[in-house]
Amino acid sequence: MSTLLEMIADGRQIGPHAPWPRAVMPPDAWAFAAVQLASGAWTLVSLWAEPGEVHLALFDPAASAIGVMSLRTDSGRFPSIGASHLPARRFERTVRDMHGLEPEGSPDNRPWLDHGTWSVSAPLGAPSREVVSPVVTEPYRFLPVEGEGVHQIPVGPVHAGIIEPGHFRFSANGETVVRLEERLGYVHKGIESLLVNTPLDRAAKLAARVSGDSTVAYSTAFAQAVEAACDVEIPSRAAWLRALMLELERIANHLGDIGAVCNDAAFALMHAHCAVIRERVLRAANAAFGHRLMMDRVMPGGVGADIDRAGRKQIKQLIATIRRRFPGLVALYNDTTSLQDRTVHTGYVDLELVTQYGAGGFVGRASGRAFDARKVFPRAPYSSLDFEVPTSDRGDVDTRVHIRMSEIEQSVSLIDRLLDGLPEGETRTDMHLRDAEGMALVEGFRGDIFVWVRTKADGTIARAHLRDPSWLQWPLLEAAIENNIVADFPLCNKSFNCSYAGHDL
Amino acid sequence: MRKTILGSLVSFPLTERAPRPDEHALRELAERVHETARRKLGRSLSIRQVDAGSCNGCELEIHALNNAFYDLERFGFHFVASPRHADILLVTGPVTKNMREALKRTYEATPDPKWVVAVGDCAANGGIFAGSYAVEGGVGDVVPVDLHIKGCPPSPTDLLAGLLALMKRKLPQPKRRFWSR
Repeated sequence: MSTLLEMIADGRQIGPHAPWPRAVMPPDAWAFAAVQLASGAWTLVSLWAEPGEVHLALFDPAASAIGVMSLRTDSGRFPSIGASHLPARRFERTVRDMHGLEPEGSPDNRPWLDHGTWSVSAPLGAPSREVVSPVVTEPYRFLPVEGEGVHQIPVGPVHAGIIEPGHFRFSANGETVVRLEERLGYVHKGIESLLVNTPLDRAAKLAARVSGDSTVAYSTAFAQAVEAACDVEIPSRAAWLRALMLELERIANHLGDIGAVCNDAAFALMHAHCAVIRERVLRAANAAFGHRLMMDRVMPGGVGADIDRAGRKQIKQLIATIRRRFPGLVALYNDTTSLQDRTVHTGYVDLELVTQYGAGGFVGRASGRAFDARKVFPRAPYSSLDFEVPTSDRGDVDTRVHIRMSEIEQSVSLIDRLLDGLPEGETRTDMHLRDAEGMALVEGFRGDIFVWVRTKADGTIARAHLRDPSWLQWPLLEAAIENNIVADFPLCNKSFNCSYAGHDL
Repeated sequence: MRKTILGSLVSFPLTERAPRPDEHALRELAERVHETARRKLGRSLSIRQVDAGSCNGCELEIHALNNAFYDLERFGFHFVASPRHADILLVTGPVTKNMREALKRTYEATPDPKWVVAVGDCAANGGIFAGSYAVEGGVGDVVPVDLHIKGCPPSPTDLLAGLLALMKRKLPQPKRRFWSR
């Protein structure tokens, strides 16, 4: 059996394409990929399209390699991967909505992001396919749930808290959830369409606003993809500052979510204390980089904000505070049995599912999938820094909380060493775009963010595809809630904290 | 747990402990918000937040209003779960086509008198997402807006200042009674 890279080497190479290859493959290779995915030999990274072509990004865990297979679809149809590999289904429904390409043999042909409100159909498809009236006219069909006493609870898109919009359709029997079906796409802003033929600086700004909580991770992923395409090496100080910001972002989000999970179990004390440390992280970020969320601080070619002595001191103080305060909060969590009563054995996801979906981040790692893009594809400075990737196989809400607590400890230690070892020098290098394609996989707090771009020599981005880690985590939430009670849904949901904005794009 | 609670009881409030240059302004602002809220609202104003298409950045900062540093509830503002309990809709994001209907219905479900505050640059006119096939525009293109709070995202301090401005400019002046000053 050939490895993914050997297989792609046999196809018609597209280049320059870095750091991983892309090739146009014959239909039998596409069919073989579907078999490999279904058997679990390969993992789906993403599936997207452009006029006349479908792209399939794959990860070969045995070889730790990524490759992209492309299939020409002059007929407007392509053989469905989702027919045999469930994780591909929402991607294919999106390709159908966005590009008008039909996944042949897919059992689920319902629209996904297209709610029938746009003035165009297939907005990313070939121009000739554009029609004036929306194609989606019939009401959305939720999957049927049958049985005595089963009732439905529709929730959303406007939720009760200060959170993003999405619709959840619960089918419950008494208190027990029999099935949860998600319907997303409410915050779809057409970002990939806005990215078509866009000047680089505007494209970077758009990438930074895909998901506000992961703005550093998205900016970094986008910048790395552009730099890979154009074969640009950024100054090492810039790479270290990016890592510093990434770890600050990770800590801030983990703190917010650990508190929020506890709050959803009515344990407000933990929430209040976590929120205080989170606020300190944001203030330190503001002092060091001039923006609380560090938005637009990472850009292609390097970083736009350098850290001075005062900023450095702020962050040093911050990590001292976290080291002093956080262990007490971990102990508080561990000692509160009424809280653990809610989190232990709630929202269980098994290793088989996270492996099948290739779920990244703490969702994957809490169920035993030890994937971390910082380790699997090491780059400076992570390649020279020693850190652990906390992993467990217990797979419940409690484990996801614990993994995130351990990740905070790791990130604090990383930040300490990043500050100490921060190289001197430039923070930006000039970007000269060329006709090329690039990709990047960056570990945000949620998991690995995948970005693919096609750059043009005139300084614009021709096309881009950004895949949030949530794409491969949202479906697992549907599995996690099964046989739990409705009242535990907020806990399960918050323990995943999937992105709506990042998914809907 | 006892240790954590006791620790909180014997330590000073957070805003007092680490004064920084910008915190003076924040404290001043807080006092003004407090006074105005008391005079005009009798310490009770319910806010319903609606994400109509935001990137989630504004939500994070709105969340921060509830932390111990800003503690919005001390002014009598609180976030409610239903638009039917709300006086103010705090709307973020460019309004996406897919959220337009939900936003309109949320607005209609909010009892009068009501005010709409559009939060963030995108909420003003669609921001960087303006012109997309999937974006309707700013919040004002779908429901009447009383106040815009700018920023990408606005900081919690900006949000506090915005809410103060709303109370000063938009909310009705309390009737003068003979026993009042």
